Amino acid sequence: MFKEYNPIKKKRLQIIDNDGKVINQKLMPKLDDKQLIKAYKDMLFARTADLMIVNYQRQGRIYTYPPNYGQEAISGAVAQIMRDDDWLVPAFREMGAYLAKGASLKELFIYFMGYEDGSLFKNAKNFLPISVPISSQLLHASGIGYEINYNNKDQIVYTFVGDGGTSEGDFHEALNFAGVWKAPVIFIVQNNQYGISTPFKMQTASDGIAIKALAYGIEGIQVDGNDFFAMYKAVEESAKHASGGNGPVLIEAVTYRKGAHTTSDDPTKYRTKEEEEKWDETDPLKRLKAYLIANKLWSEKEEEKIVPQYKKEIDRQFIEAENYGEYALEDVFKFMYTEMPQDIKNQMMEHEKFLKWKEARS
Amino acid sequence: MNMVNAINNALDIKMAEDKSVIVYGEDVGVEGGVFRVTEGLQKKHGVERIFDSPLAESGLAGTAVGMAAAGLRPIIEMQFSGFSYPAFNQIISHVSRMHNRSRGKYKQAIVIRMPYGGGINALEHHSESAEAIWGHIPGLKVVIPSNPHDAKGLLISSIESEDPVIYMEPKRIYRAIKQEVEESKFAVPIGKAKVIHKGEDITLVAYGAMIREAQKAAALAKKEGISVEIIDLRTIYPIDRETIAESIKKTGRIITVTEAPKAFGVSAEISAIANEEAFLFLEAPPKRVAGFDTIVPLPKGEHHYLQTAEKILYEIIRTVKY
Repeated sequence: MFKEYNPIKKKRLQIIDNDGKVINQKLMPKLDDKQLIKAYKDMLFARTADLMIVNYQRQGRIYTYPPNYGQEAISGAVAQIMRDDDWLVPAFREMGAYLAKGASLKELFIYFMGYEDGSLFKNAKNFLPISVPISSQLLHASGIGYEINYNNKDQIVYTFVGDGGTSEGDFHEALNFAGVWKAPVIFIVQNNQYGISTPFKMQTASDGIAIKALAYGIEGIQVDGNDFFAMYKAVEESAKHASGGNGPVLIEAVTYRKGAHTTSDDPTKYRTKEEEEKWDETDPLKRLKAYLIANKLWSEKEEEKIVPQYKKEIDRQFIEAENYGEYALEDVFKFMYTEMPQDIKNQMMEHEKFLKWKEARS
Repeated sequence: MNMVNAINNALDIKMAEDKSVIVYGEDVGVEGGVFRVTEGLQKKHGVERIFDSPLAESGLAGTAVGMAAAGLRPIIEMQFSGFSYPAFNQIISHVSRMHNRSRGKYKQAIVIRMPYGGGINALEHHSESAEAIWGHIPGLKVVIPSNPHDAKGLLISSIESEDPVIYMEPKRIYRAIKQEVEESKFAVPIGKAKVIHKGEDITLVAYGAMIREAQKAAALAKKEGISVEIIDLRTIYPIDRETIAESIKKTGRIITVTEAPKAFGVSAEISAIANEEAFLFLEAPPKRVAGFDTIVPLPKGEHHYLQTAEKILYEIIRTVKY
């Protein structure tokens, strides 16, 4: 497949069209009905949660949040393939992958409500915390890949970045290191057309991102990121490639950020309604759903039944997060070092004295 | 004008006046910046003079070195100071050194603008105060305004500086203070602090968003019968030793207030100046009200970290009673 879709040929892997019809039977991944329904339900759950979080933010119940809206098939595909032992090195727009790793929505809520504790992800194995500085996480993925080879482990690293992030030096260094080390890392670029307000064409003069793989001597493939089957196939083949000791893969998942960059952003400043509507036709959930309905695996009725259940569950976890409790003074200090230096202990004690003084005054 | 308007106004004036002024950075063009500081400027001055860059801070600083060496006056924006670190190598290795290395042949008339500081309920890396890091780099000037008037005047001076300036914007008060600010051009000199409140018993040195807290603390102290003098530092480097020393010679006591962590910070430098320049006038040890030597907590814990008027008052009383 990598030969056939060598980025130099300027081909994009696509398996279903915008109406959910199979247009590339040869590369259709083999998924049974149960797996397919699960994949769709996972994506539907992630979208439902994502849209609800934006609402919570508008109600002032959560701070700045970067929506995933429109990009669910990318994480959705990884979620079905990633194993318990595999690593996930996130950026900040891959909720479906976090949930598949064992992170709970409640923890995500706690994080976006402003507690460091939300980055613990207690039950998620091999999952680094969300990385805000753009592209910096990719080098961590390469480093983990080195350890996997060093200890002959059967693991893969999945890491994410946006199209904007490919302009940072760290992106290039990470591909280069992983290439030299033949590290089993799958770099997934969610090319959602915008780095905040900056359109893709102003990010790079290159015709796509996948082609950049060639310069690092690694495999690259451009995929319709809104086509669940194409994403599944690309990730499945990449995992085989990386597991086989053949080194990293760069997947460019072409998608569209239907929402804002974050809840602080206003896309009407820099893009048109017409453009948004054009991309709506490619919506990943709409397409997978059309396929499922045509194959009698899903129905609107089932969806109408399940979405309210999801909402209830999401709201339950949100309210639990809202009741997480006070942020103790000690929480500022206790994880700065493995063992707290005396100087910092003193600062904490001094502050406690001040608090007592303040209380006595009032 | 608020501070956002004042900075925009200074950029507008200098762009109109000097064709060599170029403004670029992430999202500064079409959108006008994530804080709308450069709003409207691309429409007015054209896409060749103010434009969106690829997402690459090292790229911003490194290309600015070349532009400045070739005679332009680039003004680059780091979207948040917490994202300036990829540019560290270019700033420390070239921006601050090119003039010295080339024995004065190549000027680095560069302004690096960056919003900084906490108190806005932000995600990680959006709340730091890293001025001491820049202040520690020989070859850089570091400027921090505390109000719209100074923001405009200091930015004019920064753009006109032949040497590189790190211009840090306290985003917490971007829109919090409104002042009458002249529309026409004026400069506030770099390297000059200002006594903004005269007092007799103790000197408070602060800058940026901490000026407001210092003013509130001075009002609280007055009720306790303590007269506070406030110095707005305005420039971190080159630091105005004279104004600080003069004030200590009058009051005999000094507290520095910073948002930044305490260790190896601006407040340590000011305590050193107090010792070096006014040792025999001191009636109490120079004090520091500064952030903990920890990472700025996420929003739910930030109240523990941020300096408050009450915390300053607490130290004022302790210092006066010393």
